Amino acid sequence: MRIKDHPILDFPEGKKVTFYFEGQPLEGYEGEPIAAALHDAGIRVLRESPVLHRPRGFFCAIGNCSSCLMVVDGVPNVRVCVEKLRAGMRVERQKGKGDLLARN
Amino acid sequence: MRETDVLVIGGGPAGLSAAIAASQCGATVLLADSANRLGGQLIKQTHKFFGSRQQHAGTRGIEIARLLTEQAQSRPGLEIMLEAAALGVYSDGVVTLEQNEKLIKVRPRRLVVATGAAEKTLAFPNNDLPGIYGAGAVQTLMNVHGVKPGQRAVMVGAGNIGLIVSYQLRQAGVDVAAVVEAAPSIGGYAVHASKIRRLGIPILTAHSIKSAHGRDSLEGVTIWQLDERWQGIPGTERYLEADILCLAVGLSPLTELLWQAGCQMEYIPELGGHVPWHDENQETSVPGIFVAGDAAGVEEASSAMVTGRLAGLAASHSLGLCPDFAELAEKARRELAQLRAGPMGEKIRRGLEKLHARGQKAASA
Repeated sequence: MRIKDHPILDFPEGKKVTFYFEGQPLEGYEGEPIAAALHDAGIRVLRESPVLHRPRGFFCAIGNCSSCLMVVDGVPNVRVCVEKLRAGMRVERQKGKGDLLARN
Repeated sequence: MRETDVLVIGGGPAGLSAAIAASQCGATVLLADSANRLGGQLIKQTHKFFGSRQQHAGTRGIEIARLLTEQAQSRPGLEIMLEAAALGVYSDGVVTLEQNEKLIKVRPRRLVVATGAAEKTLAFPNNDLPGIYGAGAVQTLMNVHGVKPGQRAVMVGAGNIGLIVSYQLRQAGVDVAAVVEAAPSIGGYAVHASKIRRLGIPILTAHSIKSAHGRDSLEGVTIWQLDERWQGIPGTERYLEADILCLAVGLSPLTELLWQAGCQMEYIPELGGHVPWHDENQETSVPGIFVAGDAAGVEEASSAMVTGRLAGLAASHSLGLCPDFAELAEKARRELAQLRAGPMGEKIRRGLEKLHARGQKAASA
């Protein structure tokens, strides 16, 4: 959900783009972090932990902690809290450690 | 290979201040930050700062970020590199950066590391559930990206960050069930505590999280009271419904580059964990490598601006620039003493005393 009225801040509307989360089309603002667009859409589970398969979301939101690693356009281990959203991106929950060779 | 007098890594309050000061002394400066804008974590600080006018007291953090950024941008001889993450510091003094998927090598004559700090977590069952965030993360989501983090939050930690972010959650339209603080008293400023109490948010001291609950993401937390030995008291458990749990339990300095550079590191809990030994000019045990801001020991942004300025001045001075160094450095140190005075600065003073008592060990080359 977007913040509409804020006593101090104004949030100018960005350019809306469509991207795909697990194949489903979603909308977000171009250039915002992928995690922000997902959160706005109510998606908080971003990956599955490699060993115990537990759901994980973001933790630090500024690219420090690697809790939010997802597969973006086939590339694993992308920190979606700092990766900018672009039109047409395919974003998927990462399971396991991510396989670079699986790309092609 | 890029050459520069001073390379500053990190464009938050410390790095910006270091870069500006070094540039004012006549040094050529390269300022690199991994984010897509300067300001570091100031860009989410909507509250007004304390301290004195020299550190922009009475001004909101977001405004300070804008002022410092404009100042840096207007300096000739100061080049800004954004979305440039520092990857390593090598034994020959070369620093590598990654920008646009390209590897860039820089050979600086002096290096200022101002990488900041990362939020700590807390051990309790289910602490990895989505919906459990660092308090700063929620602040970023709300105040930078304009996204509402959820409906109802519980805050852990009644230091300044916990209190301020609780207030900002309410400003973003999020309900705050309680602020839970393990210590027997509130750590943050009374003025912040009063503000959130006036909103009807209870601050529960001598309380902590027992466990978090939820299937795929957070649905609620169990809190309980702590005894004088910080142990949970069975029978005092309470369940609070919440889809957000914010952890404001301190920060750890981001010191990877300093470790890699071979700086003497000391474990000082009062400063947030492992910090580089540094002298009164912010120079580490490795000559030519300076440290500023939270990477040198976790403090407030006001102090970060001053340690940054001091590091920038000292780095330039060691290059034969900055003829007024003695006077300017003394002024900065006086400002730091003021910022660290009083009961709120007690922990920092104790930490810095410990750090200096360890002394500088002989370089292991």
